Amino acid sequence: MAEIKPSGDNTLLKDTISIRPIGRVERFLGPENYRIVTGLLKTPASFIGFVLIGFFIFIAVFAPLIAPPLEGRDPYQIPRDGFSSDPRPMGTEWKRNRPEMPFWYQPLTGQTQWVHLLGTSEGQYDIFYGIIWGTRTAFFTGLAVTFATLLIGIVVGSVSAYYGGWVDNIIMRVVDVLLILPGILAALILAAVLTPRIGKSLIPTMAALIAFGWMGYSRIIRGDILSVKERDYVMAARVIGVKDSRILFRHIIPNAIFPTLVLASLAVGEVVLSFAALSFLGIGTEVGYADWGQVLSFARNWITSLNTYWYIVVWPGVTLVLYVMGYNLVGDALRDVLDPRMRGRS
Amino acid sequence: MTTYIIRRLLLVPFLLMGVTILIFGMLQFLSPVERSALYVRDFPKNEKALDAIIKRYGLDRPMYEQYWRWLVGVVDVATGERSGGILFGDLGYSRTSSQPVIDLILSRFPNTLDLTIWAVAPVILVGIWLGVQAAVHQNGIIDQAARIFSIIGTSFPTFVFGLLMLMIFYANLGWFEPGRLADEYMRVVNSDAFRHYTSLITFDALLNGRFDIFIDALRHMFLPILTLSYISWATFLRVTRSSMLETLRMEYVTTARAKGLPERDVIFKHAQPNAMIPVVTLAGGSVVGLLGGVVITETVYNYPGIGAAAAKAATTLDVVTMLGFALFNGIILIVANLVVDILYATVDPRVRLS
Repeated sequence: MAEIKPSGDNTLLKDTISIRPIGRVERFLGPENYRIVTGLLKTPASFIGFVLIGFFIFIAVFAPLIAPPLEGRDPYQIPRDGFSSDPRPMGTEWKRNRPEMPFWYQPLTGQTQWVHLLGTSEGQYDIFYGIIWGTRTAFFTGLAVTFATLLIGIVVGSVSAYYGGWVDNIIMRVVDVLLILPGILAALILAAVLTPRIGKSLIPTMAALIAFGWMGYSRIIRGDILSVKERDYVMAARVIGVKDSRILFRHIIPNAIFPTLVLASLAVGEVVLSFAALSFLGIGTEVGYADWGQVLSFARNWITSLNTYWYIVVWPGVTLVLYVMGYNLVGDALRDVLDPRMRGRS
Repeated sequence: MTTYIIRRLLLVPFLLMGVTILIFGMLQFLSPVERSALYVRDFPKNEKALDAIIKRYGLDRPMYEQYWRWLVGVVDVATGERSGGILFGDLGYSRTSSQPVIDLILSRFPNTLDLTIWAVAPVILVGIWLGVQAAVHQNGIIDQAARIFSIIGTSFPTFVFGLLMLMIFYANLGWFEPGRLADEYMRVVNSDAFRHYTSLITFDALLNGRFDIFIDALRHMFLPILTLSYISWATFLRVTRSSMLETLRMEYVTTARAKGLPERDVIFKHAQPNAMIPVVTLAGGSVVGLLGGVVITETVYNYPGIGAAAAKAATTLDVVTMLGFALFNGIILIVANLVVDILYATVDPRVRLS
């Protein structure tokens, strides 16, 4: 059969209707989610945020090269140069327990002796080492806590929203009760109670942050599902007799979850704040564990002499702030993109 | 509205019961022996003494029995006297501060209230004003500065900010100090000559005509106030800004402009009152947030408020004190939320409480 070719001059039509090519990524994500992703990448603030996050990922991945651990020791234990309590200034020579000199140090400074680059804190724990390896702790705890809270939040929120009625009512009252205590205090109590059972490690604090961290997600996902649940395709699935669980997990959740997922990915930064705050209050890892809050908590005993020992606060503090700021920059742009009133403008 | 308030108040005991059961439940992770350690100052080496304590306080009983005991206390068979029992007004004895829990709360809370009053007022006023300015001059200098400020602000953990402030203003410059009052003033405040009208030191100092004490109290409170408020400033600003931007796009604002009203009247008389609705919700939320925020802030600045005491009780597992704080906190929170709901209905006639 001969191909039918359009005849006549259609250049006028081509000029009037602009054809936007749809790329593979856009087809995969769908127009709405694609808009969110491109919106994020185009905002300068969120771009800086991504750069900051990328920088910390780099540090976490290459920690053994940036600050080599002591041979045969747990790398997450900050090596101590002696036991004296007074912090030592930046650039002090490393006497005892000196790890290998990192490869970048000599070419950069020309010196042959590995020193305490950012000084030592109380008990001669090396601050630089604590910051570098603490990045791994930050990512690990952030990812684990966020993943767990998100999972609990999604399950609870979707069950609550999908079944409604008294199930919803009971679950939401439980959420109310959990929200009465200030989050940090509740987590503090649970972590303090769990510590004798589990021992001083990351686990009690993480468990506490998970136990009191999922309520926000369950509320968001509940709201989203309540709106998706009324769509025609859900009705259609119900009419042809699809099982409840299948409707929920195959039809509703995938359509309601994207905003929550993006929000959760940013909470990775927030978890670190709570985690560090608990470490600072003295709950959490054992002394000397490479964790930013732990490194900062050494400063508590030196408040009156922080003018001399400023480096025990400033370096870990600035690291923590930059890390969280990376997420906040992206999050700020995200809120603009997700704002329904902004739809179709960027 | 009255039925709404009554219904909400009827829910209060259940919420409080829920939160106390929650704390009791968490404590079940500890063994009876560990829990007994919470009741004694010097850990007895004699195991019999330990057993006696466990028996006396019923620490090896199932959780519901212990909870019931905490609720109604124990009646001594011989004398018929009741000891303990939250329902009879006995909150128990706080081991960490060596005084009854109710005394601890009553002596610490005024300090925290003093702090929050001074922290909230500037936050609300300055935050709202800046927010309106940022909205009116969208993408102008104030707007951009506010954006940067709020991102930096929300990235600062409270305790890092606190430590940095102490480093600069206390250790380096010596302008402000941690604590509550200088010793010599503390003596004056505790003496009989000083009348306690409100038990908030700043207001009492003014009412007693002691301006020097007032200044000293503010000097001690300045850094905690700054720490408590820098994040709230940013959030107030952002919420006011976006709400104000939305209001300014509405048709009645255009009408007001079209009929020739001066721009100042359009903004402050017509647009702003309507833009305040979400801000009211936020104000209620921030009271709640402040109560959580004082835990860290007071600990960093060694400020003798309820937050520092709660943190101490939690880290040392002082159960009785923790339960007292949980109850107190719950009551304040529920009342604050109720007030916000009522305010909300007053500000926005479209909202009907039911």
